[in-house]
Amino acid sequence: MAKRSAPEVNAGSMADIAFLLLIFFLVTTTIEKDKGLLRSLPPIDDTQTEPPQIKQKNLFTVLINRNNQLLVEDEQMELKDLRQAAIEFLDNGGGTNHAGKSCDYCQGKRLDDSSDHPDKAIISMKHDRETSYEQYMDVQNELVAAYNFLREREAKRLYKQYYPNADKVFTAMLEEKEKNQFSKDEVLNERIEEIKKLFPMKLSEAEPDKN
Amino acid sequence: MSKFKKGKQGDLPAISTASLPDIVFMLLFFFMVATVMRDSTLMIENNLPSADQVEKLKKDRTTYIYAGKPSTQYKHLGEEPRIQFNDAFIGVEDVRSSVLQAQADMVEELKSKIVIGLKVDKNTHAGLVSDIKQELRKANTLKVMYIANAKAEE
Repeated sequence: MAKRSAPEVNAGSMADIAFLLLIFFLVTTTIEKDKGLLRSLPPIDDTQTEPPQIKQKNLFTVLINRNNQLLVEDEQMELKDLRQAAIEFLDNGGGTNHAGKSCDYCQGKRLDDSSDHPDKAIISMKHDRETSYEQYMDVQNELVAAYNFLREREAKRLYKQYYPNADKVFTAMLEEKEKNQFSKDEVLNERIEEIKKLFPMKLSEAEPDKN
Repeated sequence: MSKFKKGKQGDLPAISTASLPDIVFMLLFFFMVATVMRDSTLMIENNLPSADQVEKLKKDRTTYIYAGKPSTQYKHLGEEPRIQFNDAFIGVEDVRSSVLQAQADMVEELKSKIVIGLKVDKNTHAGLVSDIKQELRKANTLKVMYIANAKAEE
């Protein structure tokens, strides 16, 4: 009897099978990117040194009570007004910084009873244990927004010529840095640092009281 | 008469589909690699708050801590918000050791750049968050990302 050659396997349906798998993975894939507010916590300080004296006018206090109400600089305030109040405080520039220089880029009202210099201005935030996390985040968001607004303004003033088409210059710079993360661009990094230095983020959080 | 017969004219040759499986497999592998199956099932309610000043998170250096009310399956644990790390509920006092453990498991060059992603339910009270932060300070992992849903800036 003649040996029959093995019949060739029909590979025509291979594509169908692969398509099926492909569609499954397409559907299950969620390329999710988490976003959020990045903050640095202060390290625990064991040294018994006296904390530096901060003048009351350089301190912007934000208190949130258990009913999620805001008390800003001893006055009750709505959340929507917080951003503007923080901007006015940071941008005041009523005096000089530690080096004795006055703030020549500030556009604030230069009041005597508000912050001397962005270098010195500190926002202090304190919340109750029962404050809701949502409110806490909203307040954080507004305060970060105040800093971002001022940094954006300075970036526009200083570096607009490099980003003529950008609506938000500082955001554009950060995006470019993100894109070039494998080839460090020293000039760009320096510029970003420069802007951050103009309005250093000094946001301090007090621990809530134990009750 | 002519010796050289002209080939079949007008008859278009069928396009070979033999390479179709290869193309599809290539796509398949891409999506298989890009797919991240959720590694920890949430045992808590997790409605994130929203914020508009958000930054992107670098995934390779992030450790997540979840907090919120136990979800319906875990109702017997009560209504009080709890902390979840990977696949288990932990107490506040365990946060430090868990985070240090996670840091030890990371790639060497990222260890110092560890970021803690806090995925906290918006109805949690902020006291729990500050407890977690206090533990993180003790563990000396100071970079924290409050993860939020991005909302369009008004």
